[in-house]
Amino acid sequence: MPATTLSILLAAIAGAAFFLGKQRAFAVAGGPGNITKLHSLPGYHGYFAILCALLPSMLILVLWLVVEPRVLTALTIQSLPDAQRSMAPSELDLLVNNIRNLAAGDVVAGEVNAVLTNASQRIQELQETSRRLLAVTCIGIALLGATVAWRRISRAFRARNQVESVITGLLIAASSIAILTTLGIVMSVLFEAIRFFREVPLTDFLFGLEWSPQTAIRADQVGSSGSFGAVPLFTGTLLITAIAMFVAVPVGLMTAIFLAEYSSKRIRDVAKPLLEILAGIPTVVYGFFAALTVAPAIRNAGEAVGISVASESALAAGLVMGIMIIPLVSSLSDDAINAVPRAMRDGALGLGSTRSETMKRVILPAALPGIVGGILLAVSRAIGETMIVVMAAGLSANLTANPFEAVTTVTVQIVTLLVGDQEFDSAKTLAAFALGLILFVVTLGLNVVGLRVVRKYREQYD
Amino acid sequence: MDNEVAVATGDAMEHVEYVESDANPSGDTVGNVKSDDAFISAEDVNVYYGDNHAIKNVTLEIGRQQVIALIGPSGCGKSTFLRCLNRMNDSIDSARVTGRITLDGEDIYAKNLDPVLLRARVGIVFQKPNPFPKTIYENVAYGPRIHGLAANRSELDQIVHTSLERAGLLKEVKDRLDEPGTSLSGGQQQRLCIARTIAVNPEVILMDEPCSALDPIATAKIEDLIDELSENYAIIIVTHSMQQAARVSQRVAYFHLGKLIEVDETSRIFTNPQHKLTEDYITGRIG
Repeated sequence: MPATTLSILLAAIAGAAFFLGKQRAFAVAGGPGNITKLHSLPGYHGYFAILCALLPSMLILVLWLVVEPRVLTALTIQSLPDAQRSMAPSELDLLVNNIRNLAAGDVVAGEVNAVLTNASQRIQELQETSRRLLAVTCIGIALLGATVAWRRISRAFRARNQVESVITGLLIAASSIAILTTLGIVMSVLFEAIRFFREVPLTDFLFGLEWSPQTAIRADQVGSSGSFGAVPLFTGTLLITAIAMFVAVPVGLMTAIFLAEYSSKRIRDVAKPLLEILAGIPTVVYGFFAALTVAPAIRNAGEAVGISVASESALAAGLVMGIMIIPLVSSLSDDAINAVPRAMRDGALGLGSTRSETMKRVILPAALPGIVGGILLAVSRAIGETMIVVMAAGLSANLTANPFEAVTTVTVQIVTLLVGDQEFDSAKTLAAFALGLILFVVTLGLNVVGLRVVRKYREQYD
Repeated sequence: MDNEVAVATGDAMEHVEYVESDANPSGDTVGNVKSDDAFISAEDVNVYYGDNHAIKNVTLEIGRQQVIALIGPSGCGKSTFLRCLNRMNDSIDSARVTGRITLDGEDIYAKNLDPVLLRARVGIVFQKPNPFPKTIYENVAYGPRIHGLAANRSELDQIVHTSLERAGLLKEVKDRLDEPGTSLSGGQQQRLCIARTIAVNPEVILMDEPCSALDPIATAKIEDLIDELSENYAIIIVTHSMQQAARVSQRVAYFHLGKLIEVDETSRIFTNPQHKLTEDYITGRIG
């Protein structure tokens, strides 16, 4: 039975369960005039019937689809001739793959022989049986569930509470998907990083001064053994982040002060959405703006005053990244400034301070924790930013503090390590996971501290 | 100005009847808006918040060393009027003030008058205590610092101590001047705000319901303080408590829907109000 037919049937059962449940609830109550005698309104009994019909059968459906391929593969392998069954596991895997491809009508590697054809026929038969069985089970369980629900309907039955708890469960399931995914990503990065650290000692990675991740891809290839000292990447990241914050913090903060305290409402109404547009520009656009406009301009300016500037310089990437972060800094600072109670301003103004004195002596000190928290979040954003630095900062891992030279960052190296044909268990590719882990730990730390500072500060005045 | 001050004390004894929905149609104020030794005088003051006409043709004189209480139901414009007197309404974009207010003969809405300096002369204490998130010492020292009132640290110490003493707070805080102002109790915070205000040596103190967030004991302390301060300052206090108005003020002004209905000596307002609305409010018929 095709999947669509099955879903339509299940939907029909659910619909029927709803109406029958509702009707029975009315009947139990003794007609529409007496529904107050029911614990729950008839609609809830209907919903409860739907849930009883659908939830278990959906669960079975999902489980079945997860388990089915494994069972089918096992059964197919059992049916293979002895010669194939005694093959090495990796070759057997290849064969099973071919059988599946043939059964699904995909391209098959190698020639198609009798063993393959037989096995693929077998797997097709098994699949059909499985699907038929699945359909019957699902519908059976749905009907059973609906019946159970129908029989439970009574005046005292708390259908409303039951539906409520199922909804709670669904909401919890939905939110745990995001959390579990995060956990999964962290785990995978962690385990790959541990594999990397088995090949390259942690101390070499954290304190080594040379980054040159070229390794031989195959055993017979001539190539350097690679060196994985990440310090140049860290300094490059820090250099660019520092330049970015040097631009973003003063400009963003002053923008926030202007918008919060000085501008008229009309200017604020225009300027705030414009800033938000700045925040909405894709980073790749900033990237080519940095690489094609800012970097050459800086190089030309440098030539004019006799400074040699690399065509891909830390300065260009940092400046553009700083511009990108301005809206973040200004909107978080704006929030912090606005969170300072009006009474504080009035108090300062009432004592005869000017607006800038009020700002400097009362509002900024009061808003400082919030502003610092916002800046920490901005730093974490700058450290994790990729596109601008990929396009504008360059790839050479120079250990330098000179903003006119090309540097590279952690994110850029992760991109370059994973782009192109690579074995995924060489030290080179695993290094990406190690870098990712470091990046993750640092930005997570900054975010936790930043958010905590911001939140603590908000509580202070609420 | 004189045409606005229609009802003088002479004919004030006759009881004027008004329908509440059309309060005071002539815009005239009953009682005596004049004061001997007038220090602040407001003439024909109107305040608009956008389209909302919040204060209508208010004329009032306030004397030196006088405590005048502004009373009236919520939203009657008494706080708005108060905030006109040190131009705190300037910080509200939509607010517009017309008419003339003079302080010691000087028009405070004149083009060349700096509102910042005005606010140093006309201090304000707000409804909710609003100490800065600084130490007790720094809270009081804030004003003298920005106005350069102290030449050195010992002079500043002197100002802080005197101000705290006059606000009746010194005894309670003299050993903890470097603790945050917010660590004090509500009543102490309000007295700290008063100390902060008198530290800049103002000529007038405006108080916008200074006790409404305080318990009765703290309120009594503030009221005693107002009595003492009235020896040196003109004090204009907005209050919802008629008992408080009766206790602290020499004169009372009753506002209703943006109009100044009646002004007179406190004893006369509370014993023999001349306007129907005033009487209704005082006897509790208007909330």
